[in-house]
Amino acid sequence: MNFTTPRGMSRRHFMQHLAGASALAGPALALTHSLRANAAALKRDHKACILLWMGGGPPTIDMWDMKPGATTGGKFKPIATAGAGQINELLPMVAKQMDHLSIVRSMSTREADHTRGTYYLHTGFVPNPNVIHPGYGSVVAYELAAQTAALEIPPFVSVGGASEGPGFLGMAYAPFQVDSNGRVRDLDTPADKARMSDRMQLLGMLERRFIDQNRGSAAAEHAKVLKSTVELMSSQQMEAFKVDSEPTAMKERYGTTGFGRGCLMARRLVETGVPFVEVQLGGWDLHQNCFTTLETKLPELDKAMSALVEDLDQRGLLDDTLVLWMGEFGRTPRINENAGRDHWARSWSVVLGGGGIPGGKVIGTTNEDGTAVTTEPYSSEDLMATVCRAMGISLETVFTASNGRPMKIANGGKVIGELVA
Amino acid sequence: MSRGHRLTIRAESRVGLEWVLEPSFDGGLILFGGFMTVARCVRSLALRHLLCGCGAIAMLFLGAVAFMSPGYAAEKLNVGEDAGAVAKPASGGEGDAYDVAPEADAVVAKINAAVRSGWKAHNLRPSRQATDGEWCRRAYLDLIGRTPTVEELDAFLSRSSKTKRAELVERLLGSEYADDYARNWKTIWTNILIGRTGGTDRQSLTSRPGMMDFLEQCFADNKPYHLMVRDLVTATGDARPGMKDYNGAVNFLVEKLDEGGVQAAAKTAQVFLGMSVQCTQCHNHPFNEHRQNQFWELNAFFRQARVDVERMGDDNPRRDATLSDVDIAGEGKMLGRDNRREIYLEMRDGKLVDRDQGELYSAPLFYELRNGQLQVAYPAFVDGTTLAELFAEQGPEFGNSGRLTQVNRRHELAKLMLAAPELERAAVNRMWAHFLGYGFTKPVDDMGSHNPPSHPELLDELAKAFRASGFDMKQLMRWIALSEAYGLSSEIGAGNKEDDPELGRPPQFSRFYIRQMAPEQLYESLLTATRADAGMKKFDRELLKQRWLEQFATASGNDEATESTSFNGSIPQALTMMNGELVRRACSADSGGFLDQVANDAELSDREKINYLYLAALSRPPGKDETKICNELLAARYGNVVETLQDVWWAVLNSNEFILIH
Repeated sequence: MNFTTPRGMSRRHFMQHLAGASALAGPALALTHSLRANAAALKRDHKACILLWMGGGPPTIDMWDMKPGATTGGKFKPIATAGAGQINELLPMVAKQMDHLSIVRSMSTREADHTRGTYYLHTGFVPNPNVIHPGYGSVVAYELAAQTAALEIPPFVSVGGASEGPGFLGMAYAPFQVDSNGRVRDLDTPADKARMSDRMQLLGMLERRFIDQNRGSAAAEHAKVLKSTVELMSSQQMEAFKVDSEPTAMKERYGTTGFGRGCLMARRLVETGVPFVEVQLGGWDLHQNCFTTLETKLPELDKAMSALVEDLDQRGLLDDTLVLWMGEFGRTPRINENAGRDHWARSWSVVLGGGGIPGGKVIGTTNEDGTAVTTEPYSSEDLMATVCRAMGISLETVFTASNGRPMKIANGGKVIGELVA
Repeated sequence: MSRGHRLTIRAESRVGLEWVLEPSFDGGLILFGGFMTVARCVRSLALRHLLCGCGAIAMLFLGAVAFMSPGYAAEKLNVGEDAGAVAKPASGGEGDAYDVAPEADAVVAKINAAVRSGWKAHNLRPSRQATDGEWCRRAYLDLIGRTPTVEELDAFLSRSSKTKRAELVERLLGSEYADDYARNWKTIWTNILIGRTGGTDRQSLTSRPGMMDFLEQCFADNKPYHLMVRDLVTATGDARPGMKDYNGAVNFLVEKLDEGGVQAAAKTAQVFLGMSVQCTQCHNHPFNEHRQNQFWELNAFFRQARVDVERMGDDNPRRDATLSDVDIAGEGKMLGRDNRREIYLEMRDGKLVDRDQGELYSAPLFYELRNGQLQVAYPAFVDGTTLAELFAEQGPEFGNSGRLTQVNRRHELAKLMLAAPELERAAVNRMWAHFLGYGFTKPVDDMGSHNPPSHPELLDELAKAFRASGFDMKQLMRWIALSEAYGLSSEIGAGNKEDDPELGRPPQFSRFYIRQMAPEQLYESLLTATRADAGMKKFDRELLKQRWLEQFATASGNDEATESTSFNGSIPQALTMMNGELVRRACSADSGGFLDQVANDAELSDREKINYLYLAALSRPPGKDETKICNELLAARYGNVVETLQDVWWAVLNSNEFILIH
């Protein structure tokens, strides 16, 4: 059948036919308008967390809990800091910020393989075939949803790596992954706004139709993600990713490295209202040439991490922004025959501060060669509980996992007492 | 924890070896009898570097000339030859298409009975049968990796034969679709074996084209699965196509031999035996029966494997890799006396000896317990079978030898794997998950008593049938694709709401579980639907595809080669679909392009043109309401058909219904 075109049928008329049937009605229409408030209008009285993730397992014995003189001590010298403890001489700028940061030297965990350790440190749970747990970013994004109502970009951004997924919280809380240049691929629409809006209407109807056929949750999850995508595409808040628009002096202060740009972007995102940003610095799997690698790696970390803390502080954001530095485990005190250190979970360190976490402290100790924790050991659960508490998230929170089982936030970890302000 | 030591053995050793005897599966004249080791090798951490010869004291059975019996190898499946041990596939293959062999029916009947008894036990009423269109779409996607074209769909729908589903399966497995089939399965297995990022880095030792090439041959020839596994585990040769001793199969292991081959052991166990033992390298598994010693005993099989790397020059980052097996002396000796990093082997009085230290002992490796103590390991399979036992006739330590003339450890491993029931169980579990969305265990590669399967009897039956078929992969696909469960609708009914594996319950397969297409399936579907690859050379086609795929995969850069994909239903994927180059091209109105052709097809009415797009993407015509809306859109576009088709095509390609296999 060949139908004749009813002349005079306007776009508006077409849209009216679709409006009710669409799974995406709101954001699709929004494409034709400019969106709500811009970044500057956002209130800044919210909590945020920046996770500096050291993928591969950093040798914390060479950084935050040095053992000069011990056979396991390595070649570097410790220096004094603005806080209580000493740290590696290659971290002089961080040392000056240590009044804002505290070191936990008594982390003791059991997962010493990358995949399992990364999962465990991100979620507080060991991997389980029956349920996938949400990581820090998804938990925070989910729990602080009320504070982020005006946010048009994803509440959980991961810079320079993938992070852990949203698990049973669903794709709406998945990490939004960008590279450290902040380039988001495929942001520009292939047609003008009016036409895209028509397309979105049609798409919305298709989505709705398939969802209504009741074939499983993936259909509705798809529509949800589409909705967030459309919102993001037209948002002014996307400016937050444009780290290159920062003044040159600022960029140089953070360091012109991927991690430096990532940290600077994290600050911009937090300013815009994103409650959780993970910035990844990989390459810590130092089975070989640990010390020569650290000679280039630590200065990169030093610049970016110190700049972030200093910058957040100067902007008055540090009181509400928690900065957490960690990897999936530490590395062996024993130095292997390749001048490297292998995986080691039994005694290692993390660093955190800001967001109400007291700085300048050193919590816990290890023995003289760094092979064992000599004070109360802390776990991933404990660390996560401490972070959640500081973020104002109730530790009484119980999720219902997809398998219907109740699941305590942070796996029921105990807050590290010394880090309560 | 302990890591292996980089062992460098100079080429002299291999020259020397040729003098003795060629290594052989079935044995032959061997000049040594055997060794006995007193393995009291628990050493404190501080002694690690000082490990002295007493770690492994050897007593030599001097000068014994033994004839090594081929008995063991002969009892097991012959891994030495492709022919012979392999039973003929149950159905004759390409020649007799359109007929399901009776053997196939019997197994399908068993599958159906087993799944039905699960429904009964769980009080489930299955969903209705999938429509022919739905079934056709999923069969194309699962078997050959893309959606059917409108013409293919039409051919299927218009057949009235009662056995048309079986006929389609035969066609898709037959010569007509040989290229699509091989492309699909080489892609799937390349991703399983080296991940989506394997070989994509310019400095990588892995040649992705080499891996693909080997697998393409395997699937094009329907090579029996166990022989494919054997070839992957025992491969030697050059990694890159075009090199002198090129053997694409080496690409599975070529980048997994760092640190003494930790990843080689972990991946081999995980992929082929369904055992996730990665973490047992450092400690006993927290919730299964795997023990740390088992990991290192399995790892010991890979200690003779060695990778030589040749740089292409100072400016060229490319590195060419060659995988071979070499004699090893074992760690204790190497580090033991003087921390030598290189060992020179030479023939002396008809015996292979260490030039500086004399006679060779059995070749141990050492790993570290959680308490810091060192432990010794020799090759032992996951079922506890040790090479020392297997070669006991040659002397108590013969099986632990590091010498290729005595024992080629990877060949022995392959024999043990091919005889192990885990081999077919893991394969069947993986294949079932490929078609049905969930395996009998979740995840599919973590099987064992800690993770009981949803359908233990079915898993057993199917595994046995697969082995009995001579590990015929097409036969296994046929059985699963023709099962009742695979033919069900994905719509959840009142009688099977409870059957929801997303809630952590064991799947009962009372409906077809929807799942997202892989990026490769999306790419192939779009290319075929829009005929964008017409006239494109195979090489260019693959290159463009690889480049498109690479944007989604991120490698974590640690020694486990973990990776993640952003094609996972998240915002970046949605952005790619809405605005990215691939869909943009598919939706272009360029003259001569797909939409232009449809729009200007004089034989199609406007309505039929829209139908065509729906069929091409969704394998169904638009519903009444959809037709109405599309008409209105056409009106709003003032009758501009191409523009309207662009909009409709964009919308269907971006829909959940398109990207989900349902």
